[in-house]
Amino acid sequence: MWVIKLVVLLLVSGAVYAGDDAGLIKNASGMATILRGDGQIPAGVGAHVQVSDVVKTGANSSVGITLNDGTLLSAGPDSTLVINKFVFDSTAHTGELDVSLKKGTLAVVSGKLAKTSPRAVIFRTPTTLLGVRGTEFVLETAGE
Amino acid sequence: MKMFSGKIIVNVLMLGLLAGCVQDRVVLLPNADGSRSAVVLKTAAGEQVLDQPYEAASISQAGKIAASRETAESVQSRYGQTLSAQPKRPASYMIYFSSGNNEISAESAVAIEQMKADMKSRSAPQITVIGHTDRVGTVEANDALSLKRAQLMRDMLLAGGISEAQIEVSGSGEREPLVSTDDEVDEPVNRRVEINVR
Repeated sequence: MWVIKLVVLLLVSGAVYAGDDAGLIKNASGMATILRGDGQIPAGVGAHVQVSDVVKTGANSSVGITLNDGTLLSAGPDSTLVINKFVFDSTAHTGELDVSLKKGTLAVVSGKLAKTSPRAVIFRTPTTLLGVRGTEFVLETAGE
Repeated sequence: MKMFSGKIIVNVLMLGLLAGCVQDRVVLLPNADGSRSAVVLKTAAGEQVLDQPYEAASISQAGKIAASRETAESVQSRYGQTLSAQPKRPASYMIYFSSGNNEISAESAVAIEQMKADMKSRSAPQITVIGHTDRVGTVEANDALSLKRAQLMRDMLLAGGISEAQIEVSGSGEREPLVSTDDEVDEPVNRRVEINVR
C-alpha cells in the first residue's frame, strides 16, 4: 500500500517535466547551442528554452534568455548552463526555478519567482548553492 | 629590511596560491531600481550573505569562501560580454477600464500605444496580459473575473494586429493589488489589466 502512496507522491511532486516551456532566447552572438535530449539545436533569437535544456556558448560567444517569469539569464563565452527546473503558475505567480552553471559566466536579474517564492529559486555552481532575495548578480565557475 | 622584503614575497606567493585555487566567484550587483537585495551562498565549508552592491565572494574547490569587493569597472572588464547579452528588462503597462462598461480610458489608450512601440524595440517580443481585481468578492470569483478582463484585452490587441503566438493571458485575481486594502474594499486602482512586455 505504501508503495502505491509513494508512487502517487512522486507523480504529484514530480510535476516538473523535461520539455516544459521555460523561456525564449532574446540575444545571441557567435556560437550558441541548446542540447535537448540526444539532439542539439541552434540557440538563435526566438528559440524556446525548455526544462532540462543545456545551453552552451563557444569562445567569444554569448546568449541572453528571458524566462517566462521575467528572470533574465545571460551567459558569457565558453559557458554551460542547465535549466534543471522551471515551474511558474501564471495565476498565483508562484513556482520553482533551479539553474546550474557548469562552466563559464552567468549574469542574472531575478524575476517574479524570486519575489513570490524566494526559497524556491536556486542557482548552483559546482561548489555553491545560491539563494536569491530579489537580486542582480554574476556567477562564475572554472567548471567541475 | 631583508626580513621585510622576504615577508612581501611570502605574501605574494600566498596570494598567488589563493588565486590559483579559486573555483567559483559571485558578485552582487546593484539593483537597477535601487532597491536592496542579497544573495545567500552555501558551500560544503560554510555560508555567506552578500547584501551590499559589488560585494563579492571567491570560493575554493573545497567550498572555502573568501569575501572581497569589486567595482563597477572591474565587473565591466571581467563580465562585460556576459552583461551585454542580457535581454531588455520586462516592462509593465497598466490599462484601466471605465467602470460599468468595457471601454478603456484615454490614458490607457496612450499606454497601449507605448506598449506597442516597446514591443517593436525588442527582439523576439512576448507579452503577458494579466487581469487584476480589487478585493470585493471571493478569491475564486476574482480569479475568474480577472481572467475575463485579460481575455477582453487580448481580443483588443489581436484586433490591433498583435499575433496570437506572442500573447499569453492570465488572471491574478486580487493577489497583487497596487494599493493594499482590507477584504471587500472597492478600490478602482486595483481593477486593472497589466500588460507585461518581455
